[in-house]
Amino acid sequence: MTLVKTTIGRRAFIRNTSLASGGLVLGFSWLNSCKPRQAAGMAALEMPKEWFEINGFLKIGDNGLVTIMSPNPEIGQNVKTAMPMIVAEELDAAWKDVIVEQAPLNTDIFTRQLAGGSQSIRQGWEGLRMAGATARQMLKEAAAKVWQVPVDEITTEQGMLYHKASGKSAGYGEMASAAGAIEVPAEVDLKDPKDFKIIGTDRKNVDGQKIVTGQPLYGLDVQREGMLIAMIVHPPAFGMKYKSMDVESVKSMPGIKDVFPITVYPEGAELQWSDGGAIPELVVIVGNSTWECMQAKKTLNVEWEGASTLESSAYHDQALNELLNKAPENPARMDGDVEKAFKNAAKIVESEYSAPFLAHNTMEPMNFFAHVTPEKAELLGPIQTPEYLEKTLVSVLGMPAEKIDIMMTRMGGGFGRRLYGTFAVEAAMISKKLQAPVKLVYTREDDMTQGTYRPSYKVRYKAGLDENGNLIAWHVRGAGTNDDLVFENRFPAGAVDNYLAEKHSLQTNVTTGAWRAPRSNFIAGAEQAFMDEVAEASGKDPIEFRLELFERAINNPVGDPEKNDYDAERYAGVLKLVKEKANWNGASNGKSRGVSAYFCHNSYVAQVVDVSMDNNVPKVDKVWCAVDCGIVINPLSAKNQIEGGIVDGIGHATFSAMTFKEGRPDQSNFDRYRLIRNMEAPKEIETFFVDNGIDPTGLGEPSLPPIMGALANAMYKATGRRYYHQPFINDQPPLVG
Amino acid sequence: MATFTLNINGKTQEVDVDPSTPVLWVLRDHLKLVGTKYGCGIAQCGACTIHLDGVAVRSCMLTVATVGNQELTTIEGLSEHGDHPVQKAWMEEDVPQCGYCQAGQIMTAAALLKKNPDPTDSEIEMAMNGNICRCGTYLRIRKAVKSAAGS
Repeated sequence: MTLVKTTIGRRAFIRNTSLASGGLVLGFSWLNSCKPRQAAGMAALEMPKEWFEINGFLKIGDNGLVTIMSPNPEIGQNVKTAMPMIVAEELDAAWKDVIVEQAPLNTDIFTRQLAGGSQSIRQGWEGLRMAGATARQMLKEAAAKVWQVPVDEITTEQGMLYHKASGKSAGYGEMASAAGAIEVPAEVDLKDPKDFKIIGTDRKNVDGQKIVTGQPLYGLDVQREGMLIAMIVHPPAFGMKYKSMDVESVKSMPGIKDVFPITVYPEGAELQWSDGGAIPELVVIVGNSTWECMQAKKTLNVEWEGASTLESSAYHDQALNELLNKAPENPARMDGDVEKAFKNAAKIVESEYSAPFLAHNTMEPMNFFAHVTPEKAELLGPIQTPEYLEKTLVSVLGMPAEKIDIMMTRMGGGFGRRLYGTFAVEAAMISKKLQAPVKLVYTREDDMTQGTYRPSYKVRYKAGLDENGNLIAWHVRGAGTNDDLVFENRFPAGAVDNYLAEKHSLQTNVTTGAWRAPRSNFIAGAEQAFMDEVAEASGKDPIEFRLELFERAINNPVGDPEKNDYDAERYAGVLKLVKEKANWNGASNGKSRGVSAYFCHNSYVAQVVDVSMDNNVPKVDKVWCAVDCGIVINPLSAKNQIEGGIVDGIGHATFSAMTFKEGRPDQSNFDRYRLIRNMEAPKEIETFFVDNGIDPTGLGEPSLPPIMGALANAMYKATGRRYYHQPFINDQPPLVG
Repeated sequence: MATFTLNINGKTQEVDVDPSTPVLWVLRDHLKLVGTKYGCGIAQCGACTIHLDGVAVRSCMLTVATVGNQELTTIEGLSEHGDHPVQKAWMEEDVPQCGYCQAGQIMTAAALLKKNPDPTDSEIEMAMNGNICRCGTYLRIRKAVKSAAGS
């Protein structure tokens, strides 16, 4: 056990410490006080008569059931199972007795209620453990008082308290009331990871049964008495704005209540970063049902006018090229003398890589429920950044935060799209105008053409090798739309004597935002494909070539080692692990192989891919994936994340693109925007986690970026062609050499 | 507007809607059966899959006027206790990530197994190819269909 001061998360106890005596009996004010596990073959849990709140994260029922609040938004990354597992572990609860609820936004209790950057577990880790550990300590102290024995002699297991010497025992439910009156301990013992009983074991998705039986879980499923449906019409092109409309054409259509333009962000409103991609003025159609609104949307005649340049993909392409042709004023990082090294190099390799804009395309389109009255604002829906949404609402509604309630639903995908809660602000402003409960619903077309895309990117690499095939110079110059792409302190920075990283950003009217593993989702694939070319030019095995560079970074790092934001030993570790598991040096199985490794979101991933080609489309036969993300909370769902990231990466690198003509998106639905489908997914994925006991790091994103490189490298082996431009299905590269 | 009498999940339901209304929105907006999901509205993603007389169809392009007295089954009516072999296999393999597409996936899989109780791997992939999973759970979907077929 480790004794820690209960500093983090103390805000979680504010309500508790104010109690004079006795536990606080609570009604179920938070969402979903439903009976879980009503599946056949699983007895429904008997609900307790009373709940006792021990701290903001958990309450214990008189019958021993434990309700654990999952603080962070659930977008499919499965934190709703994993975060409560951490609390339950330190509480020493029996997982079968745990009910999980989604917490609402509550900044008095929780910190960082945000789904982004693969940080929920990493940043929640300590606080979640303390929440469980302090509750367990309070239960022990309560039992010590009741039994008149020293607290140190009390042990816990599976929701039970024991005093071995006297033979006394009690369930947590029996001591819950008394525990609520115990003062929060200043210090608590945390378990040694080797004693974990829940963390590190396979636990099924706590919402699994509801998902497979179609229970209401998502924002789009919200129904309220008297609720109206609202839809928006946004400008058809980036660079256009609202001019006028013919309201009469739709006002008399069946079910239509109102049609009006709306300024979502009033002048002087204080915006947050989460308001990125906002469209200032929209047309709103309000009606009784979704289908009726959709019909009016098709009929309504809106006139738009030019506001700024109408950009086409050809323009983005050309402008990015122009940027890449010149050096920025200042390099992002420079070690040694690249120019001189290139002059002395025995071999030089140069390549350029590109990728288009991508839409997030969450399967559940943007939507939000809002009911704004002069007294209060109630918001309910899918949002990755509720805390920032609240700040914006305070400003646009002119209402104090105390009057604004924000509740997160389970989300039908996030991928970064729901970091930008402009749709929730729109819902609030529409409800405020109507003074009625409203559910705003985007059509798929609204969703895909609204913007906030993954930026389009281009990057050029140049590497120099000496006569022994050693990498002596590396130059990367990257550019992106509204994004400068290059991580100058990531590998191979620190492993090459002469290193130059440069970056540019191109301001565009097409709006962009974070998309699963921002920047890494392109630069990893480009870098790892280039690394493969350089390794080939050096005459070395691609894994050995990389390992030599890691050796250099470990033994004799270039520049200030503090600057390098990776741990070369852990990086090399996943590469060695995947090499062994994939039997890299073993007999060829007739498949074409590629390798890749990348570090992002504090985690290390290496992959080996076997492919065969079928009409220019890669068929992925197998992926071996080694991951170092420290302690794995729930291997069952951790593997799901890894598999999903791999499928997602292969799909987008191979098939997907958003393109524009005169500011208008060419794709607006899945007939023209191609997403990976079942037959195109790998036949097999095998995942291996490094078991090192280090505190957990990100898992939702890190498996996606490197797969694009491993895939390109395997496709080269299969075809003799290097793939430089995503989506690969459109890339018809010449044979190399 | 017109009145339609529908047979949904073994029950007779009456709705008063425009005849052009897709069954998807009749289910979701009028009957509050929200398990059937909206994904694209043009029969490209499969999120809205239901059974029409036991056959998997896309409810987003099936107008209420064309249903007549054919039997509609939604995810809510696939089994009484959520214990259809496909649902059980989905739980066992822990398939879902976000979960949004899974009702459609399950309905497609259940219709496949009804018609072809012992599908080959490629028959499973082909049958499931019309259902997009943005989270990329395709491998687990295949496994779950396979294990449901064996049960």
